[in-house]
Amino acid sequence: MSEQVGLRGKAWFQAFTGKNSPMVGDPGSVLTADAKLGEDTARFLCVVPNPEARFPCAGRGEVGLEESYTLATRIREAIEQDKNGKKRPIIAIVDVKSQAYGRREETAAIFLATATAADAYASARMKGHPVIALVMGNAISGGFLTHGYQANRILAFDDAGVVIHAMHKEAAARITLRTVAELDELGHKIAPLSYDIHDYAKLGLLHKLLHVEDPDRPSQTTVAQVQKELIDAIADARAGSQDLSNRLTSPGAREMRKAGLAARARMEEQWRQA
Amino acid sequence: MEQLKFDYPSAVRPVTKRAHVGVVGSGDMEVLMQPSETGGAQVSILTSVNGFGASWKAVMDRFFAKYDGAVRIDINDAGATPGSVMLRLEQAVEMIAPREVIKQ
Amino acid sequence: MSSAIVIPAYVRRHSFIELDARARAQSLMDPGSWRELVGPFDRIESPWLPMQGIAPQSDDGCVVLKGTIAGKPAVLIALEGKFQAGSMGEVSGAKMTAALDLATQDSQNGKKTAAVLLLETGGVRLQEANLGLAVIAEVMASILALREHAPVITVIAGTVGCFGGMSIAAGLSSYIVMTVEARLGLNGPEVIEQESGIEEFDSSDKALIWAINGGEQRVGMGVADELVLDDAEKIAASVQKYVRAGLPQVPRSQQVELYRERTAALDTSRQIDPLTLRKSWNRKTNQGGAR
Repeated sequence: MSEQVGLRGKAWFQAFTGKNSPMVGDPGSVLTADAKLGEDTARFLCVVPNPEARFPCAGRGEVGLEESYTLATRIREAIEQDKNGKKRPIIAIVDVKSQAYGRREETAAIFLATATAADAYASARMKGHPVIALVMGNAISGGFLTHGYQANRILAFDDAGVVIHAMHKEAAARITLRTVAELDELGHKIAPLSYDIHDYAKLGLLHKLLHVEDPDRPSQTTVAQVQKELIDAIADARAGSQDLSNRLTSPGAREMRKAGLAARARMEEQWRQA
Repeated sequence: MEQLKFDYPSAVRPVTKRAHVGVVGSGDMEVLMQPSETGGAQVSILTSVNGFGASWKAVMDRFFAKYDGAVRIDINDAGATPGSVMLRLEQAVEMIAPREVIKQ
Repeated sequence: MSSAIVIPAYVRRHSFIELDARARAQSLMDPGSWRELVGPFDRIESPWLPMQGIAPQSDDGCVVLKGTIAGKPAVLIALEGKFQAGSMGEVSGAKMTAALDLATQDSQNGKKTAAVLLLETGGVRLQEANLGLAVIAEVMASILALREHAPVITVIAGTVGCFGGMSIAAGLSSYIVMTVEARLGLNGPEVIEQESGIEEFDSSDKALIWAINGGEQRVGMGVADELVLDDAEKIAASVQKYVRAGLPQVPRSQQVELYRERTAALDTSRQIDPLTLRKSWNRKTNQGGAR
């Protein structure tokens, strides 16, 4: 796992956009900026740690109430501005610890807050904005559902610091009564349980795994490399459908999600007869 | 996890319906009962609790001592007691043939 | 001395919570109108549970009925809370997304088809971890696609409640119906206690849990639409009402500004009192159900 959640995201956000501060009125935990990306101007969004967070459980790179509403606002702003023109790409830079685990958040209905952000990403996608998630650190649980998992295409760095999972390892070990070592071993046998990005890649959900030299310190070369990959992913998204069907038709999905695909095929068949 | 299979070739009375009862929740099980395709009765059990093969056989022997339908039975089990196994089987029979109560 | 025998209402009503997912689902459809799709006899089970020594279920804990509600085309998708705590796995998730997508296709072809989700779930099934998370993202996408054409109505009855990623899915639906026994939240109290400490949330404090996550609070503060008794007829009537109502003017998950402002107004220097919050948020304008 990368040394500190969010630092990598912040470094790359700055490399792509030349900015490192939030938009006026936004909390310090959400960075948004428009920047050139090939022929396009893309909107980049990144959730970062905020030591001055108003909510004590949302300062270390978690997606909480303010983060969710800010993401939703900034995405909807782009949708509104582009409604009669070219739909700008939306790039979610993903380096998020998780959702915020706090009582204040629960009381104030964080389930709805996170829904507004996921809704905004999906709305952008369905209206024709290419939405790309670029996972370069943690993408855990509700944090990823809120920020990134509604993208048309998901790219991830091929690096040990990249972890996509339903629950962080220590908690998963505790709940399933396994040791962390047992969990790692099991993950190599049962791909969906794995914390290794290579095993995640087998599930067919990723568009591409990117090998990037020294991912903690973006250089001119690596920035240009990743920008090119983003541009390719945007073109691919524009050429494809606006739903998530590519996640089901990939070679990985056909291999690893046979049961789910069988259920889907049977449902289609019986639906028409009913 | 254990897979158990039992055959009762003398259960040959034809049945026409199928039934599903129960939930694979803690201490419970589901049973799928349907007409056998090969004649006689076949039972297939998948249980998450190991080492109870003899108890399963005893319950099934007891059930088929009273019931003669040519059924295929599939069970997914999460630790049902012999009493609840029998109850679920009787519920399934009741659904496929409401008036043919099991011989007492 | 004579005394008239009075049968109290709670004896006459038919409990919905006591029913399993299949019976719950059947009780909400127009009688005789429905058919179950990809049911137990299709035997599409989780391939991942047996690999970990856990017995699967022949419907993977997800019941799908297609038919009519209030005379209108509808699909009902129910999660079985007693199987793996209603958690979402590869197969249950695929059944849910497929049914929602087919309802969307029918709706686009002129046959508007509503969806009713009976959510009793802790969220991702940890034994299918990353596929569980992935299917929840796909369920969310499919709800959003259908919601443009026909209402998606979430019913949370109890007793598992609706937590984890599926609470976000609930937040995306057109309407939410809850019983007094239902709970709705992103993080369960045990998870918060584990992650942030007992001083943040004491998960043994049941009164606090109900005050925050309970149906009365969620409806009272306007983040769910209707509070119903644990009564199959009353829940059916509520679902029929929302099927007839069609689409809300603005789905709650698009009322970003309203909730962003409300969040900005919160005093975060201490814990938020649920009752005070309920009173300050409870305005008629916020009811997603009102047209």
